[in-house]
Amino acid sequence: MLLKRELTHLLLKEIRLELKQRYVLNGILLYLVSTVFVTYLAFTGTITAETWNSLFWIILLFVAVNGISKSFVQENPARHLYYYTITSPEAIVLSKIIYNLLLMMILSVLALLFFVLFMGNMIMNPGLFVTALILGSLGLSSVLTMIAAIASRASNNFSLMAILSFPIVLPLLMTLMKVSGSALTTYSWSGNIALIVILLIINVAVILLAFLLFPYLWRD
Amino acid sequence: MLKQYWWKLLSFLLLLYAVTYGFYVSIPETMILQTMRNLFYHVGMWFGMFTMLTVSFIYSLRYLKGFREENDRIAIEAVNVGLMFGFLGIFTGMVWANFTWGAPWVKDPKLNGAAVGLVVYLAYIILRSSVEDRHKRAKVSAVYNIFAFVLWIIFVMILPRLAGDSLHPATGNNSSPVLPMQLDPSMRTVFYPAMIGWILLGTWILQVRIRVSKLKQKLEEY
Repeated sequence: MLLKRELTHLLLKEIRLELKQRYVLNGILLYLVSTVFVTYLAFTGTITAETWNSLFWIILLFVAVNGISKSFVQENPARHLYYYTITSPEAIVLSKIIYNLLLMMILSVLALLFFVLFMGNMIMNPGLFVTALILGSLGLSSVLTMIAAIASRASNNFSLMAILSFPIVLPLLMTLMKVSGSALTTYSWSGNIALIVILLIINVAVILLAFLLFPYLWRD
Repeated sequence: MLKQYWWKLLSFLLLLYAVTYGFYVSIPETMILQTMRNLFYHVGMWFGMFTMLTVSFIYSLRYLKGFREENDRIAIEAVNVGLMFGFLGIFTGMVWANFTWGAPWVKDPKLNGAAVGLVVYLAYIILRSSVEDRHKRAKVSAVYNIFAFVLWIIFVMILPRLAGDSLHPATGNNSSPVLPMQLDPSMRTVFYPAMIGWILLGTWILQVRIRVSKLKQKLEEY
């Protein structure tokens, strides 16, 4: 119960903070739009379903890394010390994951909209694609939140964020590409159930690890 | 003395046996001809890498349990030895692949899994070097090590499923002569001793590295 109350407060704090520093969010949105536009100009006329799929997820990965890397560095360290005295580390990491999940959901829907607008709609099985999008948002937000927490403890935060997260995010990303790839080429769900189960397993494993490991990062 | 060091002697003898008798033992006639003997050396690198990374994972867990600096030292040195094995595995594999598949690097789930493993642990080393404080470094890198190892294992396990057929045996065709269960009896007499020999050699290198690292630290403090 305590955890639930802590979570609501922390989550509201995150949202308020984001709305207060509107330029950060706007920056990510513009980053998303311009990346999609660059790929649109570079790939006009030559795009196939496979390229569409790979480009979509690569762009979403870069947007996610950009959006989530700030999670633990936007507030000053003294404030973190203050949170440490009033709440549990589990609540902190869960609230960050949930907040980043919301952010990723919004970003992935927008990415999809811009992609369909510029590159054309190639999705044949929307239900499957949306499933991939939701599980992808959850996976990316939880892996990257954890990596952001690790990178925030070191200097040279931003490039560390990329090199630490890319190899780790691969199992998730490749499974996602496989699922959404078949959402682009077939109408059927069969054959994807196993992959969706894999995605769920990865998500559960990552959240569990974050829950167990974050307290060690938190304490200094 | 022999009681304490028997495994080093064993490692030496097993590998001496592997690098001599490995070239002499009769192998079945296959398309890949004499290159099949690389099995004794190339696969040993992967066994070594995997063992070392597992050791590192275990010692990172132990570090988080009691924050003893000794465990952190073992974790990082095991990663160093694991990376050495990893690179040797890639090189021995490239030589072999160039002959059997026609190119040093082909798209194959096992190769990708190994390459990602190397990238993960190179990132681990960079992470370590970018944290100044010793205790903080140990803690942060232990957390990353545990997180990364679990996800890497998941990656290696699901890769064959995602990528379809592998050129390596064991996933696609189960009649390959270089699979351990299909291995020719005469080759088995070299394969298993060689694997044990490589793992023991890795442990030996690890022990020496830990000792060097301890001495270095003592010199610094002196």
